[in-house]
Amino acid sequence: MSETTSTTPARRGVPLWAQVLVWVFLIGLLVMLAIGLNRSQRGTAQAGDRLSDFELTLFSGYEYNGQAQVSLGELRGKVLLLNFWASWCKPCEQEAAALRSAWAYYGDRGDVLFIGIDYVDTEPEAREYLRKFDITYPNGPDVGTRISQMFRIKGVPETYFVDRDGVLRYVHVGPFNSEDQIRAIIDPLLQ
Amino acid sequence: MRRPSFAGYLRLAASVFLLVLIALMLMLPLASARAQEPTPTDDEVNRIAHQLYCPVCENTPLDVCPTEACRQWRDLIRQQLTEGWSESRIQQYFVQQYGARVLAEPPRTGLNWLVYLLPPLIILSGVIMLFRSLRSWTAQGSGGASGGQKAAPSKANAGADDYVARLEDELKKRS
Repeated sequence: MSETTSTTPARRGVPLWAQVLVWVFLIGLLVMLAIGLNRSQRGTAQAGDRLSDFELTLFSGYEYNGQAQVSLGELRGKVLLLNFWASWCKPCEQEAAALRSAWAYYGDRGDVLFIGIDYVDTEPEAREYLRKFDITYPNGPDVGTRISQMFRIKGVPETYFVDRDGVLRYVHVGPFNSEDQIRAIIDPLLQ
Repeated sequence: MRRPSFAGYLRLAASVFLLVLIALMLMLPLASARAQEPTPTDDEVNRIAHQLYCPVCENTPLDVCPTEACRQWRDLIRQQLTEGWSESRIQQYFVQQYGARVLAEPPRTGLNWLVYLLPPLIILSGVIMLFRSLRSWTAQGSGGASGGQKAAPSKANAGADDYVARLEDELKKRS
């Protein structure tokens, strides 16, 4: 039997650099997907979270001490009630009276501030809502839904209570039924 | 000086009447144009609304969304159209007010490009892989049976046959 010299032709495959590139790309894509899923799975901001600073441009007629803009950072030292609402939201109407009377109770103290954040709304309807329910505390639209995304709200109404140090202390999802319910949350934060 | 005749008065009156008539006819289109100005149709509003999604009701285009929030948005679009806003200006306003997620098509910027580039790239890679596989299968098939005659054993096959023969010999010796 004669010896045959087998010369197998070199197999033309995908170059190594291309394989590495594809794998890096796929892994990157998976990481992005994981980050996105993780973000969507997280609930609303939780009690104990230290809030990042944000700025809210206020509706004219609903300014804070004459300022058309308010930022969380400059409100340190005050107990804050941040209420997300919208004019198309029926449950928001249910709690409007409770918020109004609670603001009438705390408004003059100076160390408590209510801020309304109008979520995905149109200005004429929002103004009509504020007028109809006689709401006078500072209010402004959540432009670009940046603030609601920061708080990861799930809907409206949602209310966030922040202590004097800028730490989120209580989250209330859904409408308030009475002024007492609001006072029961704010009073301990003032002590 | 001669006074104009009755026929002359008639001609003058007819000329004035004709001028007034022409003037009225010229003003008529202007009047009707003013009357048509406002109130964009539902179709015009929905054409823009179809390109938007309200964040409150995900996956439902604005033009068919039944919620109060979406009705307000459609009213706003109608008002903006009435004020003479262009389609792109209206879209820009909604993006500015409510974020880019309200757009039915993500804007072609940054990582959003992945949405546009990935699907065609994946399909193209699939087509290339399929083409290569089909070509290699075809090559194998034609190498296995050419013209109904038994194909001459290739060097690789010869090597395999030799190996099998040696293996069988070894097995026979051991049995």
